[in-house]
Amino acid sequence: MKDTLYDYLLILGDNPLILGHRLSELCGHGPTLETDIALTNLSLDLFGQVRSLFQYAAAVKGGNATEDSVAFLRSERGYKNAILLEQPNIDFAHVMVRQFLYDAFNLPQLEQLVKSKDKTIAAISAKSIKECRYHFRFSSQWIRRLGGGTEESHRRVTNAINVLYPFADELFNETMAEQKMKEVGIGADLAKIKPIFVNEINETFNEVGLKVADIAPRIAKGKEGLHSEQLGHILAELQYMQRAYPNMQW
Amino acid sequence: MMPKQNILDDAKLADQFQDHIDADEKIEPKDWMPDKYRNTHIRQISQHAHSEIVGMLPEGNWIGRAPTLRRKVALLAKVQDEAGHGLYLYSAAETLGISREEMIDQLHTGKAKYSSIFNYPTLSWADIGAIGWLVDGAAIINQVMLTRTSFGPYARAMVRICKEESFHQRQGYEIMLTLCRGTNVQKEMAQDALNRWWWPSLMMFGPRDNESPHTEQSMKWKIKRKTNDELRQQFIDNTAPQADFLGITIPDPDLKWNESRKHYDFGEIDWDEFWTVVKGNGPMNKERLDARKKAWKEGTWVREAALAYASNKVH
Ligand SMILES: [Fe+2]
Ligand SMILES: [Fe+2]
Repeated sequence: MKDTLYDYLLILGDNPLILGHRLSELCGHGPTLETDIALTNLSLDLFGQVRSLFQYAAAVKGGNATEDSVAFLRSERGYKNAILLEQPNIDFAHVMVRQFLYDAFNLPQLEQLVKSKDKTIAAISAKSIKECRYHFRFSSQWIRRLGGGTEESHRRVTNAINVLYPFADELFNETMAEQKMKEVGIGADLAKIKPIFVNEINETFNEVGLKVADIAPRIAKGKEGLHSEQLGHILAELQYMQRAYPNMQW
Repeated sequence: MMPKQNILDDAKLADQFQDHIDADEKIEPKDWMPDKYRNTHIRQISQHAHSEIVGMLPEGNWIGRAPTLRRKVALLAKVQDEAGHGLYLYSAAETLGISREEMIDQLHTGKAKYSSIFNYPTLSWADIGAIGWLVDGAAIINQVMLTRTSFGPYARAMVRICKEESFHQRQGYEIMLTLCRGTNVQKEMAQDALNRWWWPSLMMFGPRDNESPHTEQSMKWKIKRKTNDELRQQFIDNTAPQADFLGITIPDPDLKWNESRKHYDFGEIDWDEFWTVVKGNGPMNKERLDARKKAWKEGTWVREAALAYASNKVH
C-alpha cells in the first residue's frame, strides 16, 4: 500500500516536474515579455506542486528521502510522467497545445483529487486546482488566438495538434498504481475524466475551426517508465548537479 | 519674428525647468523638457530595460541545472523579476514618446547598448550566487541613487525595482554562503566565480570620472547624484567585508583598507578589456544578442496571431 501510494505520487508529481522543466527552458526566450512572464508563472506553479507532492512522497518513502532525492535521484526508468509532457518546445504552438492538453486533463483530475480520502493529497490538490484553473484559461485562450489568428498560426497549431494529440491518450491509460488508488478512494478515476477532457478539447477547437478527428493514439508508456528519447536529455540537465556533486548541501 | 519669440520662450522654459530640478521637483512626462533631457532619458532608460532583459540570459542558463527544487524555484522567480523590471522600464521610456518595438529594434541593430556585465558566461552554479551578490549588488548601488533621479516615471520604477534587487542580492549571497560553508569543491567553485565576476562587476560603474563625458550634465539634471568613481568606491567598501565573511579572496592584490581615507584602496581595472566588451567583442556579446533576436523573430507569428485574433473578435 505504501509503495503503491509512493508510485501514485510519482505519477502525479512527474508530470508537473517534466512539464515545468520544459516551460523553464523558455524563460528569457518568450515571444513577448508578457508571455515570457506568464510561461514562467506556469512553470513556477508546477514546480510548487512538485515540491508539495515530493515532500509527501519522501515522507511516505521514509528513510533519508527528501523532495530532492525524489526529484533528482531516480534512474530514467523510474520517472512516471506521461510522454506528452516531455515533448520538446518545437514552437509556441507546440508549447500551448501540450499545455492545453495537460490542463484539460489535469483540471478534472484535480476536481476528483480535492475529495481524495488521503488528506494530504486533497490539501495539495485544493491549492493546485486554483492554479490549474488559471493555466487552463491561459492555454485555452491561446489555442483560440492561434486557431483564430492568422493563416500561419492556424497551420502551426494544427500541426502541433497532429503531433501531440496522439500522446494524450496515455493520460487515461490506467496503471496498476492508479487503479489501486482509485479503488481505495485516494486516486482519481481516469475513465470519468476522459469524456470531460474530450468535451473541453472539442469545444475549444470547434470555436476556431480546429479538429482532432482521425488521429490514432500512439503507443506511449511513460507512466510505466518507458519514455521517449527526450527524457534522458532532460534528466541529464535536471540531475547534473546532484550527479556531478553528490551528497552536498546547496 | 516667430523663431526669435520661440527661442526666448525656450530659454525661459529651460530656466524654469532647471529651477524645478534645483528645487528637487520631479519632471513628469507631460512637462516641458529640453530635447536633450528627453533623449538622454530615452537612451538611458531603454538601455536599462535592455540590460534587464539581456540579463535574464546568463542566469537562465542555469535554471535547468539548478541543484535543488528550492534553488530552481528561487532562480526562476528571480529571472522572472528581471523580465518585470524590463517591463516597468520600457513603460517608463514609452512615456517619453518612443515605442517598445522601436526600442527593441535599437537593441537588435546595436544602436542601443545594454550592460556589458551580461556579456560574460555563467560557467558554474556558483556564478548564480556571484551574480546575485555582485551584479545585483552593483546594480542596487546605482539604482538606489536613481530612486531620486529627476524624471518621475524613472524614479518610481526604481523604487519598485530596488526592493526586488536587494532581495536578489541577499539570495545570491546566501548561495555563496552555502557554498563557502560546504565541501572544498564547493568552496573552490565559489572562489572561482568570485575571481571571474569581480572585475567585470567593478566595470559596471562605467569609465573613470575623467573619462566620463556625460557626468557633468547628468549631475546638473540630477539624473545622477554621484559619479561613477564614487559609486564604485561605495560598492567595494560594501563588498570587501562580505568576501571576508565568506572566507574567499577578492582577486586584487592591491585591495587594502586605507585608514586615512576610510575607504578601501584597490587595483587598476583592465580598461582595455572594458572597452573591448563595450565595443562588442566580449566573450558572449554575439550569443546574447543572437538569443534576443532569435526569440523576437520566432515570436513574430505569435504576436501577429494575437493581434489578428483580437481584431477578428472586434469586427
Ligand atoms: Fe533587475
Ligand atoms: Fe536583479
